[in-house]
Amino acid sequence: MAKQLMSGNEAIARGAYEYGVRVAAAYPGTPSTEILENISKYKDTIYSEWSPNEKVSLEVGIGASIGGARALVAMKHVGLNVAADPLMTVTYSGVTGGLVIISADDPGMHSSQNEQDNRFFAKFAKIPLLEPSNSQEAKEMVGLALEISEQFDTPVLLRTTTRISHSLSLVEINDRVEVPVKPYEKNDKKYVMVPAFARQRRLVIEDRLRKLEEYSETTPVNHIEWKDKKIGVITSGVSYQYAREALPEASILKLGFSYPLPKNMIQEFASQVDELYIIEELEPFMEEQIRAMGVNVKGKDVLPNIGELSVQILRQRILGESIANLEAAAAVAENLATEPAPMRPPVLCPGCPHRGVFFTLKKMKLVVSGDIGCYTLGALAPLNAMDTTICMGYSIGGAHGMELANPDFKGKTVAVIGDSTFLHTGVNGLMDIVYNGSQTTTLILDNRTTAMTGQQHNPCSGKTLMGDDAREVNLELLCKAIGVERVFKAHPFDLTQLQNLISQELAVGEPSVIIVEHPCIFVDTNKYEPVTINENCKTCKVCMQIGCPAIVLKDGKIQINQTLCYGCDLCSNVCNFDAIDKGSCGTGGCC
Amino acid sequence: MDTLNILLVGVGGQGTILASKLMSQVAIDADYDVKMSEIKGMSQRGGSVVTQVRIGDSISSPTIDKGEADFIAAFELLEGYRWAEYLKPNGKIFISNQVIEPMPVIMGIAQYPNEVIQTLDNLGVAVKSINALEMAMECGTPKAANVVLMGYLAKQLPIEKSIWEKALEKIIPSRFLELNKLAFEKGYQC
Repeated sequence: MAKQLMSGNEAIARGAYEYGVRVAAAYPGTPSTEILENISKYKDTIYSEWSPNEKVSLEVGIGASIGGARALVAMKHVGLNVAADPLMTVTYSGVTGGLVIISADDPGMHSSQNEQDNRFFAKFAKIPLLEPSNSQEAKEMVGLALEISEQFDTPVLLRTTTRISHSLSLVEINDRVEVPVKPYEKNDKKYVMVPAFARQRRLVIEDRLRKLEEYSETTPVNHIEWKDKKIGVITSGVSYQYAREALPEASILKLGFSYPLPKNMIQEFASQVDELYIIEELEPFMEEQIRAMGVNVKGKDVLPNIGELSVQILRQRILGESIANLEAAAAVAENLATEPAPMRPPVLCPGCPHRGVFFTLKKMKLVVSGDIGCYTLGALAPLNAMDTTICMGYSIGGAHGMELANPDFKGKTVAVIGDSTFLHTGVNGLMDIVYNGSQTTTLILDNRTTAMTGQQHNPCSGKTLMGDDAREVNLELLCKAIGVERVFKAHPFDLTQLQNLISQELAVGEPSVIIVEHPCIFVDTNKYEPVTINENCKTCKVCMQIGCPAIVLKDGKIQINQTLCYGCDLCSNVCNFDAIDKGSCGTGGCC
Repeated sequence: MDTLNILLVGVGGQGTILASKLMSQVAIDADYDVKMSEIKGMSQRGGSVVTQVRIGDSISSPTIDKGEADFIAAFELLEGYRWAEYLKPNGKIFISNQVIEPMPVIMGIAQYPNEVIQTLDNLGVAVKSINALEMAMECGTPKAANVVLMGYLAKQLPIEKSIWEKALEKIIPSRFLELNKLAFEKGYQC
């Protein structure tokens, strides 16, 4: 049997292929993005799509399932918040073809705005929860989830974390097993969730949970590895790997199926060990339930509920070991602290079309209601041109709210949002401000892609995930259709035009949209020559205020890093002394 | 074989992930268990990138803790300095002398550390500076600096060189293969 090194995300995609999934949908989000990117490679057998948001993805998955096919829906943890509405009711209606929902959580917030523990969504929605501990399990659990889904008539939550999604381990590859589409039978009592029918389904859920609890006692993914009985550990997901390495002598009850819990198995295990630890990242999800069973355990009283666990944390907190290597490391760190390593924060790329927008907004001293995407980096120094970032699609509704709070914000506040995020959930905010008579000015930074997660297509970009041509959403017409009468287009490097337009629209007492158009440098296939500094340079450093990593001060002189410079010529636009020459093509980013 | 913990650190775009995949392929071909962990996302935008490779008979945790790395291959001077505390007391760090200034340094609100190699050496850290960028340029592209460092690493590990050469053929696209083989050899000899 062939073995391949795969990330958890690649393995989940492989699982979708091998276990007969026919429809897969997602909105990109780290650390989940690669699941659909890899599923799209099996386009001869699996239909896959980027949906405008996670709620739509789940709706597509539910529809495919009711239509009889096996379906997979993937998202990052905060994406499940967006999809929570259909989730909470598909749990009532159940499935026809198997339905697996992947939640890729991000303990440690490597690239997320919060650190929520989505295992609670399984308990909240009363559906089964699977947690793989490596890529092999990630693949197999897609198959198991689909089986459980069909056997118990329920969607299944498959929860990974960054270290499962993005770490690579060996996976055995098998062939695809076709699972026929089940014939559709109309069943309004199951699929029409009006109150009278939903009340009947409500009872089904409780009955199903009891059966799932029995199942969790016997499923092979819940098993005990007996060793020394002085320390017993109950664990799941990547925490199992940390526990196995830190406590090689301990007995471990590994829960691959971690909701609903196997109560008898846990009681039996607990009765045989001297000391019982619950080792889980983030919240005391299993611990609270196990304590409620009357079992005496140690958990969050010794382990952190913030960030990722590690082998060292377990060795220190559970075994009380002092770790010589860690002490040596601390000594090195202490010595280096006299000249600390400067941070290396992420920055807008050289040539990024958003940079000119943020430079202008900062210059105009505006309050900027921001959103999620690369352009969130406009909040960082030296641009510092963003006041808020909460969630996908927040910016427009947020700006409206600020203006409601205090009339002083009017004429001084703009909302900023990307094309993909606008279509994700921002468009709703725009409808709201039109409908409710706000005057908010919105800048849509349209770079023709979903850039932050790695240039995925969206309804604006003209291509589908499977590589086919698509009809592009016309943002201008869309905004007008919603009722925004003042819709303008601007070029992000024509700073005078941009500033004039923003000033003009802030003074108008009705909502406006300025669509700032230029493709992301990874989408724009034109090549521009790097700019060069000429003898007019007075080292006034104005060009450095745009925060371009290609502009550096060396030996008291401004220099352009020729390998980084994209030739966008924004720096030459801000220069007051004509000291920066465009590349030899003479056109720069404006051509 | 005892578990080998190897950290690869650099800046987004320097090819740390490709180098990690090469090393993982070597481990598989040498019949070891391997886990590789990468952190990306925000770091794609010019941030600090770290990948971790663990090779051994049986690997559990996908991550390496502070003070536990046998080797650190640093693709940029400051990143080597930043991650040095992850090195085991008897571990070895080798650093490309390439400099990529982070934004706080460009803005003049932070200082790029002086004499990185000397400072680490004075602390008793086993450190070697490698002219990887220059060597890569000699092979035809600055992008092969990552493979120069892998060549140097290969010499330190108890895995036959021929396995590395076969792994290069599997991982590197054929049109770049000869160039990268040359870069690997330069690293191996230095």
